[in-house]
Amino acid sequence: MRASRSGNIWQNVDWITIGIFLVLVFFGWLNIYGASYTFDQTSIFDFSNRAGKQFTWIIGSLIMGIILLLIDYKTYDVLAYFAYGAMLLLLLATPFLAHDIKGSLSWISLGPVSLQPAEFAKCIVALAVAKYMGRYEYKIRTWRDLIVPFALIGVPALIIIVLQKETGSALVFAAFLLVFYRQGMSGYVLWICVAAVALFIISIRFGGIALPLGSGSVGMLSCMLLLAAVEIYFICKEHRMRWQALILIGSVFLVYGICLLINIWVTVPFDWISVGIVVALALYTVFISIYWRKYILLLVALFSLFCIGYTQACDFVFQKVLQPHQRIRIEVLLGMKEDPAGAGYNVNQARIAIGSGRFLGKGYLNGTQTKLQFVPEQDTDFIFCTVGEEWGFVGSIGVLLVYLFFILRLIEIAERQRNTSTQIYAYAVASIFLFHLTINVGMVLGLLPVIGIPLPFFSYGGSSLWGFTLLLFILLRLDAARMEQLR
Amino acid sequence: MINDQFYRRRYVISGIAVLIVLVYIVRLFYLQIIDQSTKDQADNNALVKHIIYPSRGLIYDRNGELLVFNQPIYEITMTMREMGKDWDTTAFCRCLDISREEFDERLVEIKDRRKNRGYSRWTPQVFMSQLKKEDIATLQEELFLFPGVDIQKRTLRDYTYKAAAHVLGSVGEVSQNDIDRDDYYIRGDYSGRDGLERTYEKQLRGEKGIEVLMRDVKGRIQGSYQDGELDRTAKAGTDLYTTLDIRLQMLAEELLAGKIGSAVAIEPKTGEILALVSNPGWNPKVLVGKERSKNYNKLLHDPTKPLMNRATQAMYPPGSTFKTIQSLVCLEQGAITPNTLYPCSGPGSTPIKCTHHHGSPVALDRAIEQSCNPYFWCAFRDLLNRDKDIHKPYEKWRNAVMQFGLGQKFTDTDLAEQSSGSIPSTQLYDKFYGKDGWKAITIRSLSIGQGEILVTPLQLANQAACIANEGYYISPHLNKNDSMRIHRHNLDIHKHHFEVVKEGMNRVMIYGTGRHYAVDSLHMAGKTGTAQNPHGRDHAIFIGFAPVEDPQIAVAVVVENAGFGATWACPVASMMIEQYLTGEVKRRDLRRRIGETVLNESVKKW
Repeated sequence: MRASRSGNIWQNVDWITIGIFLVLVFFGWLNIYGASYTFDQTSIFDFSNRAGKQFTWIIGSLIMGIILLLIDYKTYDVLAYFAYGAMLLLLLATPFLAHDIKGSLSWISLGPVSLQPAEFAKCIVALAVAKYMGRYEYKIRTWRDLIVPFALIGVPALIIIVLQKETGSALVFAAFLLVFYRQGMSGYVLWICVAAVALFIISIRFGGIALPLGSGSVGMLSCMLLLAAVEIYFICKEHRMRWQALILIGSVFLVYGICLLINIWVTVPFDWISVGIVVALALYTVFISIYWRKYILLLVALFSLFCIGYTQACDFVFQKVLQPHQRIRIEVLLGMKEDPAGAGYNVNQARIAIGSGRFLGKGYLNGTQTKLQFVPEQDTDFIFCTVGEEWGFVGSIGVLLVYLFFILRLIEIAERQRNTSTQIYAYAVASIFLFHLTINVGMVLGLLPVIGIPLPFFSYGGSSLWGFTLLLFILLRLDAARMEQLR
Repeated sequence: MINDQFYRRRYVISGIAVLIVLVYIVRLFYLQIIDQSTKDQADNNALVKHIIYPSRGLIYDRNGELLVFNQPIYEITMTMREMGKDWDTTAFCRCLDISREEFDERLVEIKDRRKNRGYSRWTPQVFMSQLKKEDIATLQEELFLFPGVDIQKRTLRDYTYKAAAHVLGSVGEVSQNDIDRDDYYIRGDYSGRDGLERTYEKQLRGEKGIEVLMRDVKGRIQGSYQDGELDRTAKAGTDLYTTLDIRLQMLAEELLAGKIGSAVAIEPKTGEILALVSNPGWNPKVLVGKERSKNYNKLLHDPTKPLMNRATQAMYPPGSTFKTIQSLVCLEQGAITPNTLYPCSGPGSTPIKCTHHHGSPVALDRAIEQSCNPYFWCAFRDLLNRDKDIHKPYEKWRNAVMQFGLGQKFTDTDLAEQSSGSIPSTQLYDKFYGKDGWKAITIRSLSIGQGEILVTPLQLANQAACIANEGYYISPHLNKNDSMRIHRHNLDIHKHHFEVVKEGMNRVMIYGTGRHYAVDSLHMAGKTGTAQNPHGRDHAIFIGFAPVEDPQIAVAVVVENAGFGATWACPVASMMIEQYLTGEVKRRDLRRRIGETVLNESVKKW
């Protein structure tokens, strides 16, 4: 009985995932060779080029994978907090041990190789969060239960941003929101994130555009209208009274109508009028929440008031807090600035490279854009360009679908766990891969601002490859042991 | 999971993943299938950034004399891929006057990826660099015969005078380190490596321009992109006006020839450095262009260490010149008054003997004039013995001395490569002798500027400026446009104390050790010093300023292993003062004699 339950690690391990992993790593390696290939290049194993070096990283990663599978699965749980503490110390020490590479202090040199501790932090944080949230008595009941998990991801993220100046690596920790969501965090938190991004984009993109009538900006007006709509939605949702929505919407239109009329004689400050409307609606929400004893509505009022301040703060953050290069990346993305020779250069060249691939691509090693080194970082963060140019629409979709299958498989693995902590860890792994895929490909396709994070298993680089291998193979080891857990 | 009320959320998360991939597929469909513009751009109009190098800022002296300028040089580049089969190598070699073997050798070098990591057949590779206009004239006329060959113009530094090499510094190729640290640089760029060229690199380098050009699949340039709308013209570097007086600088270099030493002159009121000389130096022209690395290596291995800027980096005991500071500190802290008398028995005095014969007892002005060692020992002793514990008065004395800029680097200045010198701390003596193991007598050498105390020539000149200014200095600096008034450092010493010290220093030049080299009409004040040197002959030192009533120049001169300060350092300083105040040196014989004397055989002229 016992034997069939625990069995041999090689029988229980999820070979499908390992198969996808091998496909991705191998295809990534081919493309690194393609990206750094310059027509009269030597062999793919030549260590003077990137592909040759990546080969050694891959061998290392395979060995690492095997070792991770051979270790007793309990080890990962036992060591989780200890490793977390050690990782914090290492992250703190990194800036002092690191040498400055283009303003970032995140690389430690160990002899001939440089490693980026932040790449390994993801895995350790995931283990620690899984251990904490997987405790038998743990459950997300109120927001207080989330303080520790948020601290677990927030502390390393802050260290990486402030000390190492690597905003990209730190943003990855946002992926844990999905994990918390799966474990019972309110779905509104995700919506608030969406709202925050939407308000930020609207107020930055349209904040500088003046209204055709009166005074005020398009950005402010749209933000406030959005907030008003949210408030009306919640008021009516709680009330189940449709007619009230019509009255509220009607009165908003009435106010604007009157303002337009007044505008003939006096210049009306439309953004302040809009703020007034949102505040009035918020007060009304407070009133009915007390009247109907629906105290949850108080939060809606609070949220909209907070958002008014937030839209004001956006501009400040954008102008003062963000660094110039980050600001320009966002401006280019939002089409506020054209700068094909400067900040927009990468994005524009990436677009040209991918676009020129057409349906079937130019064929392996035949891309011209990547060869002539028009695309910078073409073998690291912009590796997807090479896929797009040489393998075309078919190849790019293929890669995306393999990734999608990979992530869905990870979710599948997560759901079949009997141990909550393993399930949480599995979700963390899936979310981190999804986040990397989203940000990296979105950036290359010109849909997201340029944030330098690698495409898992594809981008050149030992730290990232090993970091992802660690993440994945620990999960495979834990998963292989699922039968040993008692229900 | 049992009782998992959030089970359905797995579909939300899976849905998010599917949605994102779908959005990206739609975007890919748009970019790769629908949008036709990218295909044309990629096939026909690939963009190239062509860099235009700005001319580096010029460097002038305080009177607007041009010191450093640019000369054009040329670079021949080759794009291997464009060189067809019938490319005429023989004709090409004839144009450049090189042999076929040299050509082949160079080609092998270019193609060797270990040496030339950025090699590609598709991009221009440097074939020969740093060529003069004459060298490329023939090739330029026949350039059309050689597809793939291009001539790129760059600039090199050139110098009007063979002087001030240490101060001006040099320009060389950037290191990998620079490239990592500053995005502005790419491999093969030049930047200031030392001296002013390095300090003011950002100002002098200007801003590279960019031409965005279209090139076809074969890499051939088709013209400018969007009619040059995206081009950025190069911005020339900003010129630098220095505080140097090149005539004074050259005179000092001439006078120090054949000797190891340095001279620093400062305008006391402004802290502007008029001359900063370290000998041996080199002709700045030797560290330019093709010869740079070869010559640099030679300079590096010269036993007299010409690359070291002795004026700011070498440290010497100040010797008797320190007595000026000693007087001021003792006066301020009340150990002596101008009328205090101490006895001196000449060479028979203990514990420190006097090197001069003069009347006894002496007052302060005469003590400075005659550089009386026993006087300053007694004053120092009385200062330190006012407290049972020597630590407190010694700390107080040390702090007062450090106000003059000694024992520390000037931090608020544009001078690179300084040494801090040293004013020994109580901790040092505690460590050496034990906490109660040292008394005034133990550290008696300090009273006459010997022992553990070390200063740089720059600090000596600044010390002279402090006295000239009667109680303040402005950090010595080299940029004329930099208003350094805010860098004024006030000394905590009463103005009236300076009168007697100035009087003493004036008497040095009339009756004392400096009398042979004074020019009466210039009203000089000075103090000689002879620093004992355990490794060889004494170092000759002199500090001074003139005119006494309204000082225009403060000077410090150090000549290593030359013996008495009065014999070697004083005449150099005196002539420098004369040159600066009157515009010429009337004492021609003296000038020739000092300039032509070789005190150190191994000093080479570079």
